[in-house]
Amino acid sequence: MATAKKDLTFKRVYVWELPVRIFHWANALCITVLAATGFVIANPPAIMSSTEASGQFWFGTVRYIHFATAYIFLGVMLLRIYWAFVGNRYASWRSFLPLTRKALQNIRHVLQIDILLGVDKEHRLGNIAIGHNAVAGASYVVLFFLALVQVATGFGLYEPMSAFFVADLFGWVIPLFGSDFTVRLIHHGVTWLMILFVIIHVYLVFYHDWLEGRGEVSSMFSGYKFVLTDRIKPEDTLEGEAPPAQEEAPWTEEEKTPAAEAH
Amino acid sequence: MKIVTFITSDADKRHNFVIVHYFILQHDYKQTKNAAEMKSNKNKRETYLQSVLKQGYSRRDFMKFATYMAAYMGLETSVVGQVAKQLENTPRIPVIWEHYQECTCCSESFIRSDHPIVSDIILDKISLDYTLTLMAASGHQAEAAKHATMEKYHGEYILCVEGSVPLGDDGNYCCIAGRTAIDHLKEAAEGAAVIIAWGSCASNGCVQAAYPNPTEAVPIHKIIKNKPIVRVPGCPPIGEVMAGVIVHYVTFGTLPELDRLNRPKAFYAKRIHDSCYRRPYYDAGLFAESFDDENAKKGYCLYKVGCRGPMTYNSCGTIKWNNGVSFPIQSGHGCIGCSEDNFWDNGPFYERISSLNGFGIEASADQVGKATAAALGVGVTAHAIAANVAKRNELKNSIAEGTRNEKQVKED
Repeated sequence: MATAKKDLTFKRVYVWELPVRIFHWANALCITVLAATGFVIANPPAIMSSTEASGQFWFGTVRYIHFATAYIFLGVMLLRIYWAFVGNRYASWRSFLPLTRKALQNIRHVLQIDILLGVDKEHRLGNIAIGHNAVAGASYVVLFFLALVQVATGFGLYEPMSAFFVADLFGWVIPLFGSDFTVRLIHHGVTWLMILFVIIHVYLVFYHDWLEGRGEVSSMFSGYKFVLTDRIKPEDTLEGEAPPAQEEAPWTEEEKTPAAEAH
Repeated sequence: MKIVTFITSDADKRHNFVIVHYFILQHDYKQTKNAAEMKSNKNKRETYLQSVLKQGYSRRDFMKFATYMAAYMGLETSVVGQVAKQLENTPRIPVIWEHYQECTCCSESFIRSDHPIVSDIILDKISLDYTLTLMAASGHQAEAAKHATMEKYHGEYILCVEGSVPLGDDGNYCCIAGRTAIDHLKEAAEGAAVIIAWGSCASNGCVQAAYPNPTEAVPIHKIIKNKPIVRVPGCPPIGEVMAGVIVHYVTFGTLPELDRLNRPKAFYAKRIHDSCYRRPYYDAGLFAESFDDENAKKGYCLYKVGCRGPMTYNSCGTIKWNNGVSFPIQSGHGCIGCSEDNFWDNGPFYERISSLNGFGIEASADQVGKATAAALGVGVTAHAIAANVAKRNELKNSIAEGTRNEKQVKED
């Protein structure tokens, strides 16, 4: 085998800062709890009981958990928006929007190589995203809008029951759609869209972890991802805003085939 | 004496306190104004009290009526005197009651409201200037009476509209006296002091506007845009609610406080669900699964058999129907949400979740969601297998490299 030729060394890069990781898991937990309680609220299980209604309150409790979690969901969402402006480059709002030529190129690469499973002939270092790739970034923008819809419709439905100013901010939602029916249907339907997102998201995380071996899964716990040493500037060039990272693959012609990094 | 309480929270109490004080100020102003007006046209226009007495009601009946109305409007007892005083002094306000695409259930509901004076004072005797169903005149006489009122009381009369207005085929689906409902509405609205949309037809379009809406029926606020319209939805609305809205205007000279959908807050601020006597079963998670099961017999919550109480804003739970006898949920049937926009198309009535149009007959969001999630699950599995095949060389290499490194691990 030709693999011995290249010594693929990796370096740990701190990609996901602590607030990002906290946000991620708080958000994941909120979505899980909200979806689970939401489905129970939408279609409560059949229970026969000899206890009087005065002696139990479980459905009220489920709704309470749903509403309390909704506030947390909104809270972490606001924190994440804040962090999109003060966090590192992988947390920045810029990393989500495919606005640059490079990002558009990356979208093409991800679609060709990761989604349509084409063979990567170029092996350009820059194609391998360190944070999220451009397609993933765009998918989080979609998720963000789904979350906004859920917050607006959810708090819109909740508003008549609440005198708290946060809920009252959403008093315009039901008049906009005319009735609770429509708002409820949207709230319910978008839950399913978020579930579809979760399926795709979790699968692709496993996919990258399995094929690239750069700690995709564990990075959301530790914050670190493994990046080819070639991609990282030597320390003596590090000062202020250094020139962009080297993009050309360091392989020579005969070395191309084996690259373990070629995911 | 029946006591109706709308005050359920501190916020409501504060809110009522504010309205009450506003009303008192308003009253003082109006009293002086009315006193002056009374002198000038006392002989021409009767007040509500004069009219009631003339009909053989006692003053005691009148006071009861005033108390009822104040209670329905959610006012405190201290305001009853103000209501009575206004009805004593205010000259009666003419009402033009238009009927377009409707079934007259609103009129029926109104004339059956709790207290006989309601219909007598407001509709039958006093202000029957024009209402096709109940007026004695007919044909050209009826139209002439309407036009006389519109001219004489230009800018003063109350316009009540029952029914939706069809826009299709130039409005020809609903013609009265040879003219379309659109014409009539625009003409009558022009000189109206207040416009009230009675019932779901005039407020939301109701069944005429349900899919596929062959006549292109629309609620009146889609046609009249330059004037405030009080929407009193329901199919029909509760008679006492209708009376409450009119008496409020008659008494205070202002529209009742409205919500964002222009419904009077006193009657539409709460959902049926919030005042439902079966609510404890809901919070306890005790639901009827079908209409003939043990839980239904026990009177458990009808949420799972499609009750729209949690989505419907109305006063059925407090004021109830047929002189406070009952309301649908009390009679064992879930609310169908008749006072909500587009309730006909948000069926089926006996399912919790509305069906999605365009996904087959009565497919719910859950069915569509489950099918899509399952398809996606199959898709990602297929992708995972394909990825392992397509990238087999890379995988083989990286596994080989890893294995080689494993052999070189220093054990010391």
